[in-house]
Amino acid sequence: MKKTLPLVCYGLLLLALLMAPFAGAYPVFVMKLMCFALFAAAFNLLLGFTGLLSFGHAAFFGGSAYVTGYAVRAWGATPEVSLLLGTAMGAALGWVFGLLAIRRQGIYFAMITLALAQMVFFAALQAPFTGGEDGMQGVPRGKLFGLFDLSDDLHMYYLTLAVVVAAFVLIVRTVHSPFGQVLKGIKENEPRAISLGYDTHRFKLLAFVLSAALSGLAGSLKTLVLGFATLSDVHWTASGGVILMTLVGGMGTLSGPLVGSAVVVMLENKLGEIGNGIASITGIGWFGTLGESVTMVTGLIFVICVLSFRRGVMGEAQALVVRWMRPRSRSAGERGTPVAPGAAGHDHSH
Amino acid sequence: MNVSLPALLSQLLLGLVNGSFYAMLSLGLAVIFGLLGVINFTHGALFMMGAIFAWMGLTYFEINYWVMLIVAPILVGAFGIVIERLLLRRIYRLDPLYGLLLTLGLTLLIEGVFRSIYGVSGLGYDPPELLDGATSVGFMMLPNYRAWVVVVSITICLATWFLIEKTKLGAYLRAGTENPRLVEAFGINVPLMVTLTYGFGVALAAFAGVLAAPVIQVTPLMGQNLIIVVFAVVVIGGMGSILGSIVTGLGLGVVEGLTKVFYPEASSTVVFLIMVVVLLVRPAGLFGKEA
Repeated sequence: MKKTLPLVCYGLLLLALLMAPFAGAYPVFVMKLMCFALFAAAFNLLLGFTGLLSFGHAAFFGGSAYVTGYAVRAWGATPEVSLLLGTAMGAALGWVFGLLAIRRQGIYFAMITLALAQMVFFAALQAPFTGGEDGMQGVPRGKLFGLFDLSDDLHMYYLTLAVVVAAFVLIVRTVHSPFGQVLKGIKENEPRAISLGYDTHRFKLLAFVLSAALSGLAGSLKTLVLGFATLSDVHWTASGGVILMTLVGGMGTLSGPLVGSAVVVMLENKLGEIGNGIASITGIGWFGTLGESVTMVTGLIFVICVLSFRRGVMGEAQALVVRWMRPRSRSAGERGTPVAPGAAGHDHSH
Repeated sequence: MNVSLPALLSQLLLGLVNGSFYAMLSLGLAVIFGLLGVINFTHGALFMMGAIFAWMGLTYFEINYWVMLIVAPILVGAFGIVIERLLLRRIYRLDPLYGLLLTLGLTLLIEGVFRSIYGVSGLGYDPPELLDGATSVGFMMLPNYRAWVVVVSITICLATWFLIEKTKLGAYLRAGTENPRLVEAFGINVPLMVTLTYGFGVALAAFAGVLAAPVIQVTPLMGQNLIIVVFAVVVIGGMGSILGSIVTGLGLGVVEGLTKVFYPEASSTVVFLIMVVVLLVRPAGLFGKEA
């Protein structure tokens, strides 16, 4: 039961995603959701499973988005090549960031990654080929392997789905691998891991590079899907956004980032409508302007999550499932072995 | 390379002005981090609040610069005390990372509120009449207001250093940073000290904000980029020493000013580049104690 429930959920989710374009969902929006889900899952590999809070993941996401856009537009690179280039860019940047940031711990780690990402932001702002404030617009999707025309949303949709599912499976495998176990050990108690003979710096760096590479892949995919790469992809608020997604969904849970990214992206897209809805119900006109105040609402969610919802949606859900299953197993145990408590008492009295 | 001396000196002064803001902000961050274990991301937003309060005071109530220089930090300090009592207090037992996340959320919230009122365009704020204009000091024209900012900032920084390092109150504070439970056992009200420290650190940010109002454009987002640079300053200097933060802040401001003269393209990234070099050479930071 404990193992099958998540599998059933993932199966249903995959089925829903496979069917989505035929069920009337707007494919581009679902693709965008998937890109951010991958971004958040990659980020969570670091925060949730290694215990490193990177505040610079926008650099990998946005940097790769630009590289992919540039490769397609300037060199006429095919989609598969441009995705690979983007991933490589993410990995390379991640290696540099990781090498520097791992020299300090905890709070300093976060500040260093933030500062390095700000450097990438300024580079993107000033470089001649990024389009500055306007960003890189009109990136064509091209033909996958020269065969499938990706300008057809349906083709692009299934490519995105395949890439995101493959990357997610890779993340799940990594977490459950011996490597993932070492990362968990580092998260729980780094000095202990060191004393056990693990070169924790190398493990952390590898985890960082992997997370950055997958974030880069998400950014590249996003460029192909939406056809542009802009400064907001590399801005530090994008790093904040991915932290929020992970926090809302539940850090340290595999499914959390998927849920969290869906919640945050939908909120950002639909906040205007939600605001209008509240305005018409309550009659307070101010809510109608909510659509322009995304940052305010995001900030509020941040505060609420940190203060009283630290386990996130999936963390809470898992706790609920555990609580829900425990009384039943206990009552089953009592029925099955009625002598046990008595026997224990017997032992005590002697 | 043709750089005229006056241009160089004026950039140098502008660098010192920015450096003063870095120094005051990183000082506040260091004091708060020492006692609370929280990296106060909100510092940038509160700096902005100081500047906007100064602007609001003048625009809505015709309260002049000099009064707001005192009133704005008090208001923001009081606001900080409310934040500490209501929100930060709940997360001290948790991983310090939650402090960063909470204050990040607060930053977005505060900036969002001001943005929904004032938008993102700059609000004009003129320097007070008394400090308008420039004085000739022989080799250059010294803009009065900028000189005032540097002088008053350094004075405030040194006063803070004196308060923390040389007075009884400062001794309590340092002891509280070292071992809060032991200090509490001696009958000192540590929670109150924590609250007041946060209020003070935040007021310092607001003071810097009011000083900045006539030199930097007042916008709801003015604190955003600044706080990230200040983080880099903190990484470079290390948070172990008060004088260290002051010197690092001023020094990096000057370096930034000089970069504007000799290689303007790199002026926005030079502090981060220095951070990279420091991390490679001396990971604990220039004045850092722990590795």
